[in-house]
Amino acid sequence: MEALQAVLKNPPINTKNQKVKERAEGLVLKVLSAFKSSDVENGIQSLDKNGVDLLMKYIYKGFETPSDNSSAVLLQWHEKALSAGGVGCILRVLTARKTV
Amino acid sequence: MSLHQFLLEPITCHAWNRDRTQIAISPNNHEVHIYQKSGNQWVKSHELKEHNGHITGIDWAPKSDRIVTCGADRNAYVWSLKDGVWKPTLVILRINRAATFVKWSPLENKFAVGSGARLISVCYFESDNDWWVSKHIKKPIRSTVLSLDWHPNNVLLAAGSCDFKCRVFSAYIKEVEEKPGPTVWGSKMPFGEVMFESGPSGAAGEGAGGGWVHGVCFSQSGNRLAWTSHDSTVAIAEGGKTSTISSLISETLPLLCVSFITENSLVAAGHDCYPVLFVFDGAKGSVTYGGKLDVPKQTSQRGISARERFQNLDRRGSSSETTEQGLESLHKNSISQISVLEGGKSKCSKFCTTGMDGGMVIWDVKSLESSMKDLKIV
Repeated sequence: MEALQAVLKNPPINTKNQKVKERAEGLVLKVLSAFKSSDVENGIQSLDKNGVDLLMKYIYKGFETPSDNSSAVLLQWHEKALSAGGVGCILRVLTARKTV
Repeated sequence: MSLHQFLLEPITCHAWNRDRTQIAISPNNHEVHIYQKSGNQWVKSHELKEHNGHITGIDWAPKSDRIVTCGADRNAYVWSLKDGVWKPTLVILRINRAATFVKWSPLENKFAVGSGARLISVCYFESDNDWWVSKHIKKPIRSTVLSLDWHPNNVLLAAGSCDFKCRVFSAYIKEVEEKPGPTVWGSKMPFGEVMFESGPSGAAGEGAGGGWVHGVCFSQSGNRLAWTSHDSTVAIAEGGKTSTISSLISETLPLLCVSFITENSLVAAGHDCYPVLFVFDGAKGSVTYGGKLDVPKQTSQRGISARERFQNLDRRGSSSETTEQGLESLHKNSISQISVLEGGKSKCSKFCTTGMDGGMVIWDVKSLESSMKDLKIV
């Protein structure tokens, strides 16, 4: 649970360094897959609105490069994050000019 | 709430006359149709055909009874009623891209046109030459201007544009008016001066971002400015205290138009096809979501049959209880414009929305308040 907060705390939004962004994304993916399915809901509750938006950004970034197991896990997170953030959350991912 | 379906084409823009008996709409083509209310029906009384391109904005001046229209053909026309016929006068805007929005000023001696040419054209009538002259506001605007609203002092103009910012400009024209007094937005107001510029909608810690600013609106007193943006946020700024921009990130699809209905509440509508109420608390500086203003009557409460359950499962992958066959709101497609009908922006009692489904709905604030128990219009 704390790992989730920590990994979402300092997103590499302002850097242009692609390597840094990839490393951050990999880390978030590891944390997300480490969660049990029943804990996903609690994880989302512990985040505030900005956190949910940020999480959604990582989820979509993760969708871009699917590996073996990632899609299933990400889809689960996506469903729960959607019920918390609503469609507006996805819109903010689409319109944000600085990507994670 | 009364819905009137005009045509099947989207209504791009509409404007009411002073006593609300006539409405001018543009059904997504080069013409303006004026409908007259007769009893409960709307009868088409005039067709204004002068534009060569799609009409993007209409505004009807209540006191002087003139209509100004602007279109994708980079022109604007001012129409006056002479002997029962509307006669157009061309206004040379000097823009090289389409016009997007037009609004008369409160005193109706000038109007502002927003355009894709990254500038705002403020036009006033020069009686020596007997024609309309335009002055441009270009300076910090870096993209198409999407919407405009005048401050009640007839000088300040708020503009929302595609460069993610909402700004307040001074549109003071010394030929037609005297110097305005100081307001909360500033005291020195030469033409084209930027009095206020918003950061990206809501400093949500994401740096430059936000979305196109779709709709802007001043409150009745002119001290508050609200705007909606494409990243599904609504923001309100209070003039004077420069850095208090309160914004609310909403969970709905982006809102396209917004209007104050009292000094503290505003109604906005957009791609979600229903109007939504927001309440602003000046003391705390926070915007809160007030509620959805379109609750359909609970129609059929019949149980869902087993066959339908499996059908839903097959089609939508979920065996949900509701049979949401279609949108449950009155409008069936995005709402593009909202206008206050009665009561002004401080005590609105009726407002009207038109949308891309060709329908126009008139909403009554009192009946909304009584039908929705938690709704509180402060």
